Amino acid sequence: MLLRGVALLAACFVSGQILGETLGRLLGIQANVGGVGFAMLFLILSQNELEKRGLFHLEMGEGVNFWSKMYIPIIVAMSSVQNVRVAFSNGLLALLVGIIPVIACLALMPFLSKLAPKD
Amino acid sequence: MEYIITFLDKNGLVFAFLVTGLIMYFSEGISKTLTRGKIPGSAISIFMGLVLAYFAGLETLGKKGIADIPGFSGFDLLGGPMFRDFAIVSTAMGASFAIIKKTGLIGVLSLFLGVIISFAAGVIIAYAMGITDAESLTTIGAGACTFVVGPVTGTALGASSDIIAISIAAGVVKSILVTIGTPLIAPYIGLKTPQSAMIFGGLMGTTSGTAAGLAATDPKLVPYGAMTATFYTGLGCLMCPSVLYFAMRIILN
Repeated sequence: MLLRGVALLAACFVSGQILGETLGRLLGIQANVGGVGFAMLFLILSQNELEKRGLFHLEMGEGVNFWSKMYIPIIVAMSSVQNVRVAFSNGLLALLVGIIPVIACLALMPFLSKLAPKD
Repeated sequence: MEYIITFLDKNGLVFAFLVTGLIMYFSEGISKTLTRGKIPGSAISIFMGLVLAYFAGLETLGKKGIADIPGFSGFDLLGGPMFRDFAIVSTAMGASFAIIKKTGLIGVLSLFLGVIISFAAGVIIAYAMGITDAESLTTIGAGACTFVVGPVTGTALGASSDIIAISIAAGVVKSILVTIGTPLIAPYIGLKTPQSAMIFGGLMGTTSGTAAGLAATDPKLVPYGAMTATFYTGLGCLMCPSVLYFAMRIILN
Protein backbone atom coordinates (compact mmCIF):
# COMPACT_ATOMS: atom_id res chain seq x y z
CA MET A 1 0.00 0.00 0.00
CA LEU A 2 2.83 2.33 0.90
CA LEU A 3 4.42 1.84 -2.49
CA ARG A 4 1.10 2.37 -4.22
CA GLY A 5 1.13 5.88 -2.79
CA VAL A 6 4.66 6.50 -4.03
CA ALA A 7 3.70 5.02 -7.40
CA LEU A 8 0.66 7.31 -7.60
CA LEU A 9 2.94 10.28 -6.88
CA ALA A 10 5.40 9.04 -9.51
CA ALA A 11 2.59 8.64 -12.04
CA CYS A 12 1.45 12.23 -11.47
CA PHE A 13 5.06 13.44 -11.64
CA VAL A 14 5.84 11.64 -14.90
CA SER A 15 2.62 12.62 -16.65
CA GLY A 16 2.80 16.24 -15.48
CA GLN A 17 6.44 16.67 -16.49
CA ILE A 18 5.95 15.01 -19.87
CA LEU A 19 2.96 17.26 -20.48
CA GLY A 20 5.18 20.25 -19.60
CA GLU A 21 7.96 19.07 -21.91
CA THR A 22 5.49 18.37 -24.73
CA LEU A 23 3.91 21.81 -24.35
CA GLY A 24 7.38 23.34 -24.60
CA ARG A 25 8.05 21.44 -27.83
CA LEU A 26 4.68 22.36 -29.30
CA LEU A 27 5.28 26.01 -28.50
CA GLY A 28 8.75 25.82 -30.02
CA ILE A 29 10.75 26.74 -26.91
CA GLN A 30 13.44 24.82 -25.06
CA ALA A 31 11.58 24.73 -21.75
CA ASN A 32 9.37 22.62 -19.52
CA VAL A 33 6.14 24.61 -19.47
CA GLY A 34 4.52 24.28 -16.04
CA GLY A 35 5.30 20.56 -15.63
CA VAL A 36 5.54 20.63 -11.82
CA GLY A 37 2.30 22.60 -11.60
CA PHE A 38 0.46 20.10 -13.81
CA ALA A 39 1.83 17.22 -11.72
CA MET A 40 0.52 18.86 -8.53
CA LEU A 41 -2.84 19.37 -10.18
CA PHE A 42 -2.94 15.70 -11.21
CA LEU A 43 -2.11 14.60 -7.66
CA ILE A 44 -4.90 16.71 -6.13
CA LEU A 45 -7.42 15.52 -8.74
CA SER A 46 -6.49 11.83 -8.49
CA GLN A 47 -6.48 11.87 -4.70
CA ASN A 48 -9.89 13.55 -4.57
CA GLU A 49 -11.22 11.06 -7.13
CA LEU A 50 -9.83 8.01 -5.29
CA GLU A 51 -11.20 9.28 -1.99
CA LYS A 52 -14.63 9.74 -3.51
CA ARG A 53 -14.60 6.09 -4.59
CA GLY A 54 -13.21 4.93 -1.25
CA LEU A 55 -10.05 3.62 -2.87
CA PHE A 56 -7.59 5.93 -1.14
CA HIS A 57 -5.94 3.89 1.60
CA LEU A 58 -4.44 5.69 4.60
CA GLU A 59 -1.12 3.96 4.03
CA MET A 60 -1.00 5.27 0.47
CA GLY A 61 -1.12 8.74 1.93
CA GLU A 62 1.88 7.91 4.11
CA GLY A 63 3.91 6.99 1.04
CA VAL A 64 3.27 10.46 -0.37
CA ASN A 65 3.61 12.11 3.02
CA PHE A 66 7.16 10.88 3.45
CA TRP A 67 8.18 12.84 0.38
CA SER A 68 6.39 15.98 1.42
CA LYS A 69 8.32 15.82 4.70
CA MET A 70 11.57 15.40 2.73
CA TYR A 71 10.75 18.62 0.90
CA ILE A 72 12.66 21.06 3.13
CA PRO A 73 15.78 18.82 3.45
CA ILE A 74 15.87 18.50 -0.33
CA ILE A 75 15.55 22.28 -0.72
CA VAL A 76 18.46 22.64 1.74
CA ALA A 77 20.55 20.26 -0.39
CA MET A 78 19.48 22.16 -3.49
CA SER A 79 20.57 25.51 -2.09
CA SER A 80 23.98 24.05 -1.22
CA VAL A 81 24.73 23.09 -4.84
CA GLN A 82 24.08 26.49 -6.41
CA ASN A 83 26.69 28.83 -7.83
CA VAL A 84 26.43 31.21 -4.88
CA ARG A 85 29.94 32.59 -5.36
CA VAL A 86 28.90 34.25 -8.62
CA ALA A 87 25.43 35.14 -7.30
CA PHE A 88 26.96 36.87 -4.28
CA SER A 89 27.91 39.94 -6.32
CA ASN A 90 24.15 40.35 -6.89
CA GLY A 91 23.27 40.04 -3.20
CA LEU A 92 21.53 43.41 -3.14
CA LEU A 93 19.24 42.27 -5.95
CA ALA A 94 18.23 39.17 -3.95
CA LEU A 95 17.55 41.34 -0.90
CA LEU A 96 15.38 43.83 -2.81
CA VAL A 97 13.48 41.08 -4.66
CA GLY A 98 12.83 39.44 -1.30
CA ILE A 99 11.46 42.60 0.33
CA ILE A 100 9.71 44.92 -2.13
CA PRO A 101 7.20 42.41 -3.60
CA VAL A 102 6.10 41.48 -0.05
CA ILE A 103 5.33 45.13 0.69
CA ALA A 104 3.45 45.47 -2.60
CA CYS A 105 1.28 42.46 -1.75
CA LEU A 106 0.71 43.59 1.84
CA ALA A 107 -0.62 46.89 0.55
CA LEU A 108 -3.42 44.95 -1.16
CA MET A 109 -4.47 43.10 1.97
CA PRO A 110 -6.89 45.65 3.52
CA PHE A 111 -8.55 46.11 0.13
CA LEU A 112 -9.10 42.36 -0.37
CA SER A 113 -10.30 41.93 3.23
CA LYS A 114 -13.07 44.44 2.57
CA LEU A 115 -14.23 42.43 -0.45
CA ALA A 116 -14.38 39.18 1.53
CA PRO A 117 -17.80 37.91 2.58
CA LYS A 118 -18.35 38.19 6.35
CA ASP A 119 -18.61 34.96 8.24
CA MET B 1 42.01 9.26 3.14
CA GLU B 2 41.73 8.53 -0.54
CA TYR B 3 39.63 5.39 -0.01
CA ILE B 4 37.25 7.23 2.34
CA ILE B 5 36.54 9.90 -0.26
CA THR B 6 36.00 7.21 -2.89
CA PHE B 7 33.61 5.46 -0.49
CA LEU B 8 31.66 8.69 0.20
CA ASP B 9 31.37 9.49 -3.50
CA LYS B 10 30.19 5.96 -4.24
CA ASN B 11 27.52 6.25 -1.55
CA GLY B 12 26.86 9.89 -2.34
CA LEU B 13 23.11 10.01 -1.79
CA VAL B 14 23.29 8.40 1.65
CA PHE B 15 26.13 10.68 2.74
CA ALA B 16 24.13 13.68 1.50
CA PHE B 17 21.23 12.57 3.75
CA LEU B 18 23.63 12.53 6.69
CA VAL B 19 25.16 15.95 6.00
CA THR B 20 21.77 17.56 5.28
CA GLY B 21 20.49 16.12 8.55
CA LEU B 22 23.43 17.67 10.40
CA ILE B 23 22.88 21.07 8.73
CA MET B 24 19.21 20.99 9.75
CA TYR B 25 19.97 19.86 13.30
CA PHE B 26 22.51 22.66 13.67
CA SER B 27 20.07 25.21 12.19
CA GLU B 28 17.24 24.14 14.51
CA GLY B 29 19.65 24.81 17.38
CA ILE B 30 20.42 28.31 16.06
CA SER B 31 16.70 28.95 15.57
CA LYS B 32 15.89 27.98 19.16
CA THR B 33 18.82 29.58 20.97
CA LEU B 34 19.79 32.65 18.96
CA THR B 35 16.39 33.71 17.61
CA ARG B 36 14.19 32.11 20.30
CA GLY B 37 12.25 30.39 17.54
CA LYS B 38 11.44 33.70 15.81
CA ILE B 39 13.13 32.62 12.57
CA PRO B 40 12.09 29.08 11.60
CA GLY B 41 14.80 26.42 11.42
CA SER B 42 13.87 25.69 7.80
CA ALA B 43 14.72 29.24 6.65
CA ILE B 44 18.03 29.11 8.54
CA SER B 45 18.85 25.68 7.03
CA ILE B 46 18.29 26.93 3.49
CA PHE B 47 20.38 30.00 4.23
CA MET B 48 23.10 27.73 5.66
CA GLY B 49 22.99 25.73 2.44
CA LEU B 50 23.65 28.91 0.45
CA VAL B 51 26.49 29.90 2.80
CA LEU B 52 28.13 26.47 2.46
CA ALA B 53 27.77 26.67 -1.33
CA TYR B 54 29.42 30.09 -1.25
CA PHE B 55 32.47 28.93 0.68
CA ALA B 56 32.71 25.74 -1.36
CA GLY B 57 32.68 27.91 -4.49
CA LEU B 58 35.52 30.07 -3.13
CA GLU B 59 37.52 26.95 -2.34
CA THR B 60 36.96 24.92 -5.50
CA LEU B 61 36.11 27.73 -7.96
CA GLY B 62 33.46 25.32 -9.27
CA LYS B 63 29.87 25.99 -10.20
CA LYS B 64 28.10 23.32 -8.17
CA GLY B 65 28.59 24.47 -4.60
CA ILE B 66 29.53 21.74 -2.13
CA ALA B 67 28.94 19.06 -4.77
CA ASP B 68 32.35 20.08 -6.19
CA ILE B 69 34.11 19.05 -2.96
CA PRO B 70 35.48 15.48 -3.18
CA GLY B 71 33.20 13.15 -1.21
CA PHE B 72 30.18 15.43 -1.46
CA SER B 73 29.16 14.59 -5.01
CA GLY B 74 25.92 13.01 -3.74
CA PHE B 75 24.48 16.49 -3.17
CA ASP B 76 24.20 16.83 -6.92
CA LEU B 77 21.60 14.05 -6.83
CA LEU B 78 19.76 14.92 -3.59
CA GLY B 79 19.67 18.62 -4.46
CA GLY B 80 19.07 18.05 -8.16
CA PRO B 81 15.83 18.76 -10.02
CA MET B 82 14.48 15.19 -9.92
CA PHE B 83 14.15 14.77 -6.14
CA ARG B 84 13.24 18.41 -5.74
CA ASP B 85 10.33 18.33 -8.17
CA PHE B 86 9.19 14.95 -6.81
CA ALA B 87 9.07 16.32 -3.26
CA ILE B 88 7.35 19.54 -4.34
CA VAL B 89 4.62 17.64 -6.18
CA SER B 90 4.01 15.52 -3.06
CA THR B 91 3.17 18.61 -1.01
CA ALA B 92 0.01 19.03 -3.08
CA MET B 93 -1.53 16.02 -1.36
CA GLY B 94 -4.24 16.90 1.11
CA ALA B 95 -5.05 20.11 -0.72
CA SER B 96 -8.71 20.10 -1.59
CA PHE B 97 -10.56 22.33 -3.98
CA ALA B 98 -13.62 22.04 -1.74
CA ILE B 99 -11.84 24.06 0.95
CA ILE B 100 -10.54 26.76 -1.36
CA LYS B 101 -14.12 27.17 -2.56
CA LYS B 102 -15.05 28.18 1.00
CA THR B 103 -13.01 31.37 0.74
CA GLY B 104 -14.86 31.86 -2.49
CA LEU B 105 -13.74 34.04 -5.32
CA ILE B 106 -11.74 36.27 -3.01
CA GLY B 107 -9.39 33.40 -2.04
CA VAL B 108 -8.75 32.60 -5.68
CA LEU B 109 -8.31 36.27 -6.50
CA SER B 110 -5.78 36.73 -3.70
CA LEU B 111 -3.81 33.73 -5.00
CA PHE B 112 -3.59 35.07 -8.54
CA LEU B 113 -2.83 38.61 -7.38
CA GLY B 114 -0.19 37.32 -4.96
CA VAL B 115 1.66 35.40 -7.66
CA ILE B 116 1.33 38.02 -10.41
CA ILE B 117 2.22 41.05 -8.29
CA SER B 118 5.23 39.36 -6.63
CA PHE B 119 6.41 38.20 -10.04
CA ALA B 120 5.98 41.62 -11.68
CA ALA B 121 7.67 43.47 -8.81
CA GLY B 122 10.60 41.01 -8.89
CA VAL B 123 10.99 41.36 -12.64
CA ILE B 124 10.91 45.16 -12.52
CA ILE B 125 13.62 45.27 -9.81
CA ALA B 126 15.82 42.78 -11.70
CA TYR B 127 15.39 44.71 -14.95
CA ALA B 128 16.24 47.97 -13.21
CA MET B 129 19.42 46.32 -11.93
CA GLY B 130 20.62 45.34 -15.36
CA ILE B 131 19.25 41.85 -16.05
CA THR B 132 17.74 41.72 -19.51
CA ASP B 133 17.15 38.17 -20.79
CA ALA B 134 13.68 36.66 -20.49
CA GLU B 135 14.84 33.42 -18.78
CA SER B 136 16.77 35.17 -16.00
CA LEU B 137 14.08 37.81 -15.45
CA THR B 138 11.37 35.15 -15.24
CA THR B 139 13.45 33.09 -12.79
CA ILE B 140 14.05 36.05 -10.48
CA GLY B 141 10.38 37.07 -10.72
CA ALA B 142 9.51 33.51 -9.74
CA GLY B 143 11.98 33.75 -6.83
CA ALA B 144 9.96 36.73 -5.60
CA CYS B 145 7.07 34.24 -5.25
CA THR B 146 8.87 31.59 -3.12
CA PHE B 147 12.27 29.93 -2.84
CA VAL B 148 10.72 26.91 -4.55
CA VAL B 149 8.97 28.54 -7.50
CA GLY B 150 12.24 30.31 -8.42
CA PRO B 151 14.47 27.22 -8.90
CA VAL B 152 11.64 25.17 -10.44
CA THR B 153 11.14 27.91 -13.01
CA GLY B 154 14.87 28.45 -13.51
CA THR B 155 15.49 24.76 -14.20
CA ALA B 156 12.50 24.52 -16.53
CA LEU B 157 13.73 27.49 -18.56
CA GLY B 158 17.42 26.58 -18.44
CA ALA B 159 18.52 29.64 -16.43
CA SER B 160 22.10 29.68 -15.07
CA SER B 161 22.92 28.45 -11.57
CA ASP B 162 23.89 31.87 -10.21
CA ILE B 163 20.52 33.31 -11.31
CA ILE B 164 18.80 30.36 -9.63
CA ALA B 165 20.85 31.05 -6.49
CA ILE B 166 19.63 34.67 -6.50
CA SER B 167 16.03 33.46 -6.83
CA ILE B 168 16.47 31.11 -3.84
CA ALA B 169 18.09 33.84 -1.75
CA ALA B 170 15.24 36.25 -2.57
CA GLY B 171 12.70 33.61 -1.56
CA VAL B 172 14.52 33.00 1.73
CA VAL B 173 14.58 36.75 2.48
CA LYS B 174 10.85 36.83 1.79
CA SER B 175 10.20 33.84 4.05
CA ILE B 176 12.12 35.41 6.95
CA LEU B 177 10.48 38.81 6.38
CA VAL B 178 6.98 37.29 6.42
CA THR B 179 7.81 35.24 9.53
CA ILE B 180 9.02 38.23 11.52
CA GLY B 181 6.73 40.84 9.99
CA THR B 182 3.36 39.08 10.22
CA PRO B 183 2.72 39.51 13.98
CA LEU B 184 3.93 43.13 13.79
CA ILE B 185 1.70 44.14 10.89
CA ALA B 186 -1.33 41.96 11.74
CA PRO B 187 -3.31 44.67 13.63
CA TYR B 188 -2.93 47.15 10.76
CA ILE B 189 -4.12 44.86 7.98
CA GLY B 190 -7.04 43.30 9.83
CA LEU B 191 -5.48 39.87 10.14
CA LYS B 192 -7.74 38.26 12.75
CA THR B 193 -10.33 36.03 11.06
CA PRO B 194 -9.95 32.71 9.20
CA GLN B 195 -11.10 34.55 6.08
CA SER B 196 -8.37 37.16 6.38
CA ALA B 197 -5.76 34.44 7.11
CA MET B 198 -6.73 32.67 3.86
CA ILE B 199 -6.37 35.92 1.92
CA PHE B 200 -3.03 36.55 3.63
CA GLY B 201 -1.75 33.06 2.77
CA GLY B 202 -2.84 33.54 -0.82
CA LEU B 203 -1.13 36.90 -1.15
CA MET B 204 2.12 35.87 0.54
CA GLY B 205 2.58 32.25 -0.50
CA THR B 206 5.81 31.06 1.17
CA THR B 207 4.18 28.32 3.28
CA SER B 208 6.89 28.15 5.95
CA GLY B 209 6.96 31.92 6.46
CA THR B 210 3.17 32.26 6.48
CA ALA B 211 2.71 29.36 8.91
CA ALA B 212 5.40 30.62 11.30
CA GLY B 213 4.21 34.22 11.10
CA LEU B 214 0.58 33.30 11.74
CA ALA B 215 1.60 31.03 14.63
CA ALA B 216 3.18 34.06 16.29
CA THR B 217 0.04 36.12 15.57
CA ASP B 218 -2.69 33.65 16.50
CA PRO B 219 -2.15 29.86 16.27
CA LYS B 220 -5.81 29.36 15.33
CA LEU B 221 -5.17 31.08 12.00
CA VAL B 222 -2.30 28.78 10.90
CA PRO B 223 -4.25 26.04 9.05
CA TYR B 224 -6.23 28.63 7.05
CA GLY B 225 -3.21 30.60 5.91
CA ALA B 226 -1.05 27.53 5.30
CA MET B 227 -3.74 26.04 3.10
CA THR B 228 -3.96 28.88 0.59
CA ALA B 229 -0.17 29.24 0.75
CA THR B 230 0.16 25.63 -0.45
CA PHE B 231 -1.94 26.44 -3.49
CA TYR B 232 0.30 29.44 -4.09
CA THR B 233 3.36 27.26 -4.70
CA GLY B 234 1.40 25.10 -7.13
CA LEU B 235 0.00 28.09 -8.96
CA GLY B 236 3.45 29.69 -9.10
CA CYS B 237 5.04 26.52 -10.51
CA LEU B 238 2.26 26.38 -13.08
CA MET B 239 2.19 30.02 -14.17
CA CYS B 240 5.81 31.23 -13.97
CA PRO B 241 7.40 28.84 -16.48
CA SER B 242 4.38 29.16 -18.81
CA VAL B 243 2.07 32.17 -19.22
CA LEU B 244 4.28 34.57 -17.26
CA TYR B 245 7.36 33.46 -19.23
CA PHE B 246 5.49 34.01 -22.51
CA ALA B 247 4.39 37.40 -21.30
CA MET B 248 8.04 38.24 -20.61
CA ARG B 249 9.09 37.12 -24.10
CA ILE B 250 6.37 39.21 -25.68
CA ILE B 251 7.21 42.28 -23.60
CA LEU B 252 10.96 42.00 -24.27
CA ASN B 253 10.58 41.60 -28.03
